[in-house]
Amino acid sequence: MISVKDLRRRFGSIVAVDGISFEANQGDVLGFLGPNGAGKTTAMRMLACFLKPDSGTAKVCGYDITRDPIQVRKSLGYLAENAPAYGEMTVGSFLDFVCDVRRINGSKRKGAIDRVVTGCSIGSVYHQTIETLSKGYRRRVGLAQALINDPPVLILDEPTDGLDPNQKHEVRRLIKKMAMDKCIVVSTHILEEVDAVCSRMIIIAKGRILVDSTPEKLKAQHKAGLDEIFRKVTTKKSA
Amino acid sequence: MNGFWAVCKRELKSYFATPVAYVFLVIFLFFSGYLTFKGQFFEIGRADMGIFFRNLPLLFVFMVPSAAMRLWSEERRSGSIELLMSLPVTVTQAVLGKFVAAWIFIGIALLLTFPMPVTVCYLGNPDIGLIITGYIGSFLMAGGFLAIGCFFSALTKSQVISFILAVVACAALVSAGMPTTLNYLSSFLPAGLLDVIESMSFQTHFESIQMGMLEFKDLSYFVLLIAGWIVGCCIILDERKVG
Repeated sequence: MISVKDLRRRFGSIVAVDGISFEANQGDVLGFLGPNGAGKTTAMRMLACFLKPDSGTAKVCGYDITRDPIQVRKSLGYLAENAPAYGEMTVGSFLDFVCDVRRINGSKRKGAIDRVVTGCSIGSVYHQTIETLSKGYRRRVGLAQALINDPPVLILDEPTDGLDPNQKHEVRRLIKKMAMDKCIVVSTHILEEVDAVCSRMIIIAKGRILVDSTPEKLKAQHKAGLDEIFRKVTTKKSA
Repeated sequence: MNGFWAVCKRELKSYFATPVAYVFLVIFLFFSGYLTFKGQFFEIGRADMGIFFRNLPLLFVFMVPSAAMRLWSEERRSGSIELLMSLPVTVTQAVLGKFVAAWIFIGIALLLTFPMPVTVCYLGNPDIGLIITGYIGSFLMAGGFLAIGCFFSALTKSQVISFILAVVACAALVSAGMPTTLNYLSSFLPAGLLDVIESMSFQTHFESIQMGMLEFKDLSYFVLLIAGWIVGCCIILDERKVG
């Protein structure tokens, strides 16, 4: 469902993504890990067709990110790093706007909104303006808009950031439930989340993929916990 | 509903969801009326809206950029541009959607000046055709200023800088056709170039429409002006979405 070949992107003299390649299929929950500034968000932005790559290609559900960006965006749901939304809108009108853009109308719209409001537990804030919400609730609203068209591919940049432990548990449960018939890419700093949710993990540093494996294989190989493996890999190979 | 209409509807609603629209409308309506009546409307003793329309370019130079400055600056500053540009909406649809929403908003402001033509019709027998062409010209001119405002809004995250740059650009295009400007320029520019500068001015084309003539050259001026700045806005956004 996702196929990335040698993607590169620089900002001026800074090389943010330096030739990454990987594949992900239906049923995969791929964890993207890396230190700050590793290139995770830039890579996700390219997959979501928000940024154009300088070189390389990627395909999402068979559509090329540079040639068919609109088709790619129709096939995926994207939760950006800061869960951006329009603060002056209520949660309900914001979800209506996303449905307008994604052409989800009539009874399908009601079904979609009911599904994401229940799944993300935002019923209690449905009529509140987004700027008055806490960070955790804003992130859940962002997750709701990413899920609203029930896309086959999800790109989630730090989906549990700012959530309390109960909410984190709920979102992870939701991701696991969706994993069976979707391809999900999750970026996170929380290693216990990788353990809880991810079937594969990629460690990125300085724009390059250092490790592409599964949590179980890595733990068996290094005979250590994920945080020790992360430290070893990112400090050794990027030094 | 496709991307263009979804963005347009959202943007128009957001104008009225905050005090922005109401403050703008009150100030615009107050000054359009004030400048008209202060401009010897009664002393002239003629039932027409010439003074009202003659003041509009100056009013628009300041008011229209204030309606346009938030269109893209705010999206880039708050990060919501990342949401918008990862939905299945093209840059062109998004730019046009916001532009048309702002244009409709200015259109609403113009419609709310209806007490002025009602007053003029009550006081005398004005030429209704001139009033209609005056409003058409005003609406087109507002569209031109808005397109400029959109461009500068896409250029910077700061609404203040966007506003100032748009005001300067709009003022330059208005004053390019003024007699004082042309007299000054005629002291060192050839006549041919002066004609070009005069034909690029808002004032020239607006006055022509205001006199009751909807000529192709004036309509095409506004259409090309709007199209040019909107295309520029699309190009800028494509390049500068991040950072």
